[in-house]
Parts: sequence; structure tokens; C-alpha cells
Amino acid sequence: MADVTITVDGKKLTAPAGALLIDVCRKAGIEIPAFCYYPGLSLQAACRMCVVRQEKVPKLQTACTTQVAEGQVFITDSPEITQARKATIELLLGNHPLDCPVCDAGGECELQDMTFKYGAGESRMVDVKRHRDEQQWSPAVYYDRPRCILCYRCIRMCGEGMDVWALGVQNRGASAVIAPNGGDRLDCEQCGMCIDVCPVGALTSGSYRYKTRPWEMNHVATVCTHCADGCKVTLGVRQSPEGAEIIRADNRDKSGINGDFLCAKGRFGFDFVQNPQRVSRPLVRNAQGVLEPVSWERALRTAAMKLTEVRDTRGGSAIGVIGSNSTTNEENYLLQKFARSVLRTNNIDHERTADYAAFAHALAGHAGRAASLRDIASAPAILLVGGDPTKEHPLLAWELRTNVRINRARLYVANTTPIKLERQAKAVLRLPADGYPLLAAYLGGQSTSIRDISFRDALLAEESLVVIFGPEFRGAQLDALVKWGIERPHIRYACIGAYANSRGAADMGLLPHLLPGYVSVSQPGAFSSEYPGMPTAPGKPLQEMLASVSSGDLGALLVVGANPAANQINPAELRKTFLIVQDIFLTETAAMADVVLPAASLYEKTGTVTSTYGDVQLARKAADIPRSKPDFEIIVRLAGAMGVDVKTLVPFGGSAVTADLGQSRGAQAGEADRHAVWLAARSLEPKLSPFDPFATMDEIERLIPAYKLDRLNLFGGNDSPTEPGFVPLSQLIAPDGVTPAHDGLFTSGTLGRYSTSLVDLLRHQSPSMAETAAD
Amino acid sequence: MSVETMSIFSPQLAARLDALVAKYPVRRSALVPMLLYAQDEVGYLSDAVITEVASRIGITELDVRNVATYYSMLRFKPAGRFNVQVCTNISCMLRGGYDIFDRFQDELGIGHKGVTPDALFSLEEVECIGACCWAPAIQVNYDFHDDLTPDRVPAILDQYRAQAKSEGKADHA
Repeated sequence: MADVTITVDGKKLTAPAGALLIDVCRKAGIEIPAFCYYPGLSLQAACRMCVVRQEKVPKLQTACTTQVAEGQVFITDSPEITQARKATIELLLGNHPLDCPVCDAGGECELQDMTFKYGAGESRMVDVKRHRDEQQWSPAVYYDRPRCILCYRCIRMCGEGMDVWALGVQNRGASAVIAPNGGDRLDCEQCGMCIDVCPVGALTSGSYRYKTRPWEMNHVATVCTHCADGCKVTLGVRQSPEGAEIIRADNRDKSGINGDFLCAKGRFGFDFVQNPQRVSRPLVRNAQGVLEPVSWERALRTAAMKLTEVRDTRGGSAIGVIGSNSTTNEENYLLQKFARSVLRTNNIDHERTADYAAFAHALAGHAGRAASLRDIASAPAILLVGGDPTKEHPLLAWELRTNVRINRARLYVANTTPIKLERQAKAVLRLPADGYPLLAAYLGGQSTSIRDISFRDALLAEESLVVIFGPEFRGAQLDALVKWGIERPHIRYACIGAYANSRGAADMGLLPHLLPGYVSVSQPGAFSSEYPGMPTAPGKPLQEMLASVSSGDLGALLVVGANPAANQINPAELRKTFLIVQDIFLTETAAMADVVLPAASLYEKTGTVTSTYGDVQLARKAADIPRSKPDFEIIVRLAGAMGVDVKTLVPFGGSAVTADLGQSRGAQAGEADRHAVWLAARSLEPKLSPFDPFATMDEIERLIPAYKLDRLNLFGGNDSPTEPGFVPLSQLIAPDGVTPAHDGLFTSGTLGRYSTSLVDLLRHQSPSMAETAAD
Repeated sequence: MSVETMSIFSPQLAARLDALVAKYPVRRSALVPMLLYAQDEVGYLSDAVITEVASRIGITELDVRNVATYYSMLRFKPAGRFNVQVCTNISCMLRGGYDIFDRFQDELGIGHKGVTPDALFSLEEVECIGACCWAPAIQVNYDFHDDLTPDRVPAILDQYRAQAKSEGKADHA
């Protein structure tokens, strides 16, 4: 669109013709209030707060529906406009209760802010306010009808944003209310977006309501610990008698790739942190065979002695290590470094939920072929193969819907079963039940049993394409699919795994045959001097490790944040080895352990995590739970107890650190802070503690070419993409050890079982989701 | 829309609704007339009516309720066989509309939105029914009675009682 020049309050503004006046003004720093207008959603023009005066137009105009054209002149601030807005607020307040002191929204309520700005705090209404009782629609969503100002944001967010269409408005005039689809209950995806966009306290959250006030919390930006989409989440944290507890999760500042989006897991599934079943003290199995609480020193000494004994008598190959999908990159890196250089074993693996190793191998040497989530969000054409993102990857589904709705992106879906995202699809290819292996050949133009040629022709006609696939593709099959696109220009790929740091676990080398950055253990290159004494024969993958546990061949097993006993091995079998478990809860696996070390969850530690799209983000410590330690610290302490010089594990301190901490600088305000930012951006800040994960982050950046991170961006809370194309061409294709997780909207592996909110939502939400069609 | 195998409507109405949904560029445009015709046959918008209308158009029941609750002439509870609607908007009010309404309340022993125990009559105070020239006016089902005085109320009621007797009660749902 051609640019036009308009005049607003005497200022000349330039904007594309047809842009909305409210957006143009807000971009130029001119505040226009609005309740119903919400960026990205359709226009409502219901609240009349954004009225402005347009020259030569007899009545006030709504800025949210006015498209700018050449030469227009507007006034956004005058006594007339102030009076109009004041009158609107007075009418809104006619039936609005004056319960701000107990309302959840008090302090961050848009109506409250506007009333402060425009007055109308004193009502001329003498009639009794119309009261209606509060309703509970689901464990997550409550509706307080008198507070509602009928801006329709929730309805549009639920319909257009989420494609759920579970909310409507019923009756009319002063009797109008928001109504859920189930009559008196809400049958939906329980994402809580309606609560989030509500400008007042009409929709409140089951987990947050009446608990605290916004100004009593600290707000910590971190990364969600559930699925692999890597939503940025802002946790509201409050002092508790024992430390700091999480009260609320949202992302109202719209920072990060997800904007304001969060699903039920991100928004309500943080309560596992406070679950009373958490392991609160180190446990060691005593002579009677019972786990008893002991001191950290005793627990670490017991574990270290056994590990040292097994390594020295039977060799490192008699020790196994299972890592986690939800610990940070630094912890994963440290764990494999510990396993390889201290325990001297390559028997290290994790519960793989996608074949990232094969993905990296397929992309090796081809930079610019991996799609970050931002690429997906702005791609003009997307091919989604397999999976059901609506349930398993809500943020991906959100980005795809938004991209189709706002940018008119073309979505192609190839799936063996119908999925909800097909409503947004331009074309759907229904594959036979065993159809995924045929797909690469079909796309390549070979004749297969898939007959629908028009789908392929439409895809090939696209100038650029992002292909998204999940764990249905692994090994050679994945390789064939990626190879098809590598041979053509402008095709990018995303590989979808299950958990918060599934990608990071693979990238950091929690694999028996691959080092960090997918370097083969048999050709370790620079790693042979980095990890002195590491074995060069591939170790045992997870299944083989568990098999040798069952056969009694494994001398010791260290499990960090994983629960193989949930579905991969009979728990009783685990008693056949010396088992050390670091975990948040006494899981089926931990209950069988000889030593249990209470770990901090991702919400209680700092470090980086990598989303399944390869986007690295910073997780920051929010909650503080006593008597648990981050896995990073536990591993360092365990190594220390084994007599290792921890400086060889974590590159902290050292003679090179002569950093100026800022104290020597002038008294100018903020100087020290700015200096710290400058140092951090250049990774020059001093790493003075062996428990400082950023010391390890330096090493990760140094040794893994794919991890060249934009630190200033990262520390600023943004995502920093990795480049898996910078991977050495490894000879090895991973042995297939992938077990897809397929967690739905309210499940999250072992972790989800300890979240009361998610368990309640799962119970509330019958398996049949409301399936609706928009015309 | 395929022919409903299990329609709660008469074949005539079902055919009429089938024609309606095909008539507009967007199917949901047929919603309001469909609801009105369904109400005429069934007497009110029962849950079953809403379910079937929603499925005939291909929208959610929530969508149907959103629209239906907006209109005061669509009802969700059974009315009497003869629904007496008394206008009390300005023209009728000035010419004694409230006196007419009061007289109906006295005669029937019910108030606004009430239904007599024999389900013969229901009473409603309504907004303008477009008969201002002959105010005060009332509407009984689709019949108009205008230029009324309170004294004429008993005769109107008797007329419908007689009609009910002659038609019998069997045909009323």
C-alpha cells in the first residue's frame, strides 16, 4: 500500500493507506484508549472509547475503524473528546460493581485506568446496580457478570484466535451477558486466553482468583517447562514463608515468540512447583531397604563412592546415565561431559521424542534450511505432515492459525487422520494409515499409492515452503523427506519433539553415539582434548541400558529428571542396579533408587533451553523452593565428591578474570548496570562460581558451531535461533530409539501428573472437544 | 442440507426450512426466520428445536442461542395457546394501553409473561406492534385487536375461549 500523510493533533504522520488510525496513532506514541479493539482480532467498534474528531466530518469517529487516507486531519485530544469518553465510562460504570479492592484485575484493569484518566468516578446514576451471581464455567474459568463491559474480546479471541468458538453473547442491551457453549459450563481447550484478554476482572482464573494483588508479585520472564514449543511465560512470584511461590502465569507483555499466547499447561500447569509430594530432602536407602532422609553431604558421598567404585573396578561401560527432556542446556551439557570425562562412559541417553540426530544429519552442511518458529509464523506457505498441533503443540497451532488468518498464508496438511487445523488448510492430503514412508517419494514425483496429484502440484507451485513434521519421521525416512527439500530452493524444515528441552538434550549430546553438536564419538576431533579420557566407542542407547539393568549387568545408573519406570521398564527391575535419581518428585523410578537427590524444576533455575524449532531462550529462576538444588549444582557437587577438580568440568574463575564489576566507576546512576549489560553481551562477565551455568554456556558456544547466540537478545528475553546446518557430516545415522510422547492439552509426561490444575482440567474436559465450523 | 432422518418438525416445516437455508448466500442468514417458523409450530424454542436448527445450518447451538436470546419475540418457555401481547409504547400508553394491560391481568389472573393454569392464555407487555394509528392495540398470536377500551377485554377473551372449545384441545401441542 502506498504511504499517505495525515495530520494528528498537528503532527504529520506517514502510514500505509488503509492502516487503522488507532494503530497509526499508537505507533506514533499518541495514546488512544480502547476496550474492544484488540490487535490481531476483527474490529468490533463496540466500546466507543477511541472516538476522535476528524476534520469536515460531523460526528466523532471511532479510530479503530477509521482507515487512513491522504490529507486527513484528526484531533485526538480535546475537551469534546474527553467529555465523550467520560460519558462512555459513566455508562459502563452504571452497572459495574465498585469491588476494585477485591477484584483480581484491580491495579491492572483497563477500566480502572480509564476512570482515573477521564473521571466519571462519581456516578449520577441513582438506580440500584444490577447484580448477578458469579459463575464457574470450568476449573480454570470463572465469570463475574456485573463486571463485564461487553467488549467482546473474549468471544473474538476464543473464536478467531483459538478457533474454538466456545463463547457467545446472549440477550441484549443491559441484560446482555457472555455465555459459554455448554450452557453453564465451558467445553473448550481451556487455554485461558479469554481471561487474559479481558480488560476488566469479569473473567477470572481458577488458579489466581482472590490470591494476591498484581503489585505484590515480582514478575519473572522465563520459558514454559511443558511442551517443546518454547513459550515465553511471565510468572507472578510472591514471597512465601519458605521462599518464593508462583501465583500466576501469563504473558501479558506480549514479549517472546508467543506474544500473549499461552495454553492451559503454560497458564495453569505451574502448580506442580508447590505440590506437597515434592522430594524435600536427599534420601538414601538404608540397611533395612527403606529410603531415609539424610544430609546432602552423606547422599552425595554415598553416590560418589559407588560411582567411583564401579568405574574403577568394572570400567565406565558398567555405568549408565539417563538425562532429561526438561533440564537446561547447560545441565545437559554438563551431565554428558561428566558422564564422558569423569564416569568414562558413552552409555548416556534420554527419552527421545523425535529423531533430532537424523534431522541434524540431514541438514548438515546446508545453512538456512532449518525453520525457527518466527520463520513459521511468517511463512507464506507451510506443509504440516502428521501430528495434531492443536493438542500437542498449541503454540505451533496458534502461529499457523494466525498466519493463515492475518497473512493469508497457505497451509497444506498431510495426515493419516483428520485434525482440527484442516479447517485452516488450503489443501488436505489424506494419507493411508501407513502413508508417511511414501510421502517423500510422492513429493518427489514418483508414482505411489497416493493418487492425489493436485496436492503435490499446489505445493511445487509455491515459491517457498516450510515443512513441519513430527516423530512419525525418523532415520532414513526423515532423511528422504529433508533431502527432497534440500534439492529445491527456499524449503525450510522444522522437526517437532515433545518436551521443553527435548531438542536441547539432543543438541547437547545426551546420546550414546553423538557428542554435543552431533559430533560422532568415534571421531571426536577437538572433543578428545576437551574431554580427556573419554571412550570413543558408542555407548548403549536407553533401551539397551534398561535391558542390561534387567539382566543385572549394569553396575550403576544415574537418572536425571527422567522416569523410565513409567513406561519403559518394570520398576522392580531397577532394584538390580545401584540407582541414583535426581528428580523433583518421588516418581516410580525415584522410589526404586538407592540415592535420591531433590532437584529444582525449570521454574527454579537459570539457564537456556532450546525449543523444538531450535530457538534458544533464557529460563530465569522464579520460584524458590527450599532444600532442593538445580541439577547443575548437584552434578558439580557429585563430581566434587568423586574427587574431580570441578574447574575441569565448569570453566569458572581462572586467572583471566580481571573484570571490572563497575564499583571503580563513577557515581553516575546506572553506570554499573550498563557496564554489566555490556559485559554480559560480550560474555565477558566474570564467572566466579562453579555453579554458574553461564560458565558452561561459554563452553557450549565455543564447542558447538550451531550455538552462536546473540547474547544481548538472549538476555533481553528474546529467542535466538540456532543453525543446525553447522553440523559436521557424521557417518552415523542414529539407531532408532524414538518414543513419541503425544501429550495432549492437559498432559505433560510425568510432570503433568503432579499439577493439580491440569489433572482437574483433564477431568472437567470430556474427551469430545467442541467441534464447530465457522462460515 | 440433507433430509433430516429424525426431524422433530412436520414434513411441511422441514421442507420449508430446507428451502430457507439454500436461499441465502450464507447459510446462517436463514437463522431468524427458521427460528420463528419453528416456534410457530412447536410453540417455543425448546432445546430440541435449537439442536436441530443448529445442525440444519451447520453452526453451533451456542451461535443459535446468541441470536435467539436477542429477540424478545422468540421464547424459550411454552406460551399459552393464545399469546396476548399488549402494547404499552407511547401511542398506546397515551391512549390507555396500561388500562388494557391491567384489565387483562385482572381477567386472566396472571402478570407479564404469565401463563394461565389451563395453558389457554399467556400475557405479555410488548413494545410497539406498529398499530399506533388505532391505539391502544393488542396482538393475540397473529390477530390484531385495536382501538380498545378495557371493557372490550372480556369479549376478546371469550372469543378465544369459544374458538378453543370448537377446535378442541387435541390439536394443541
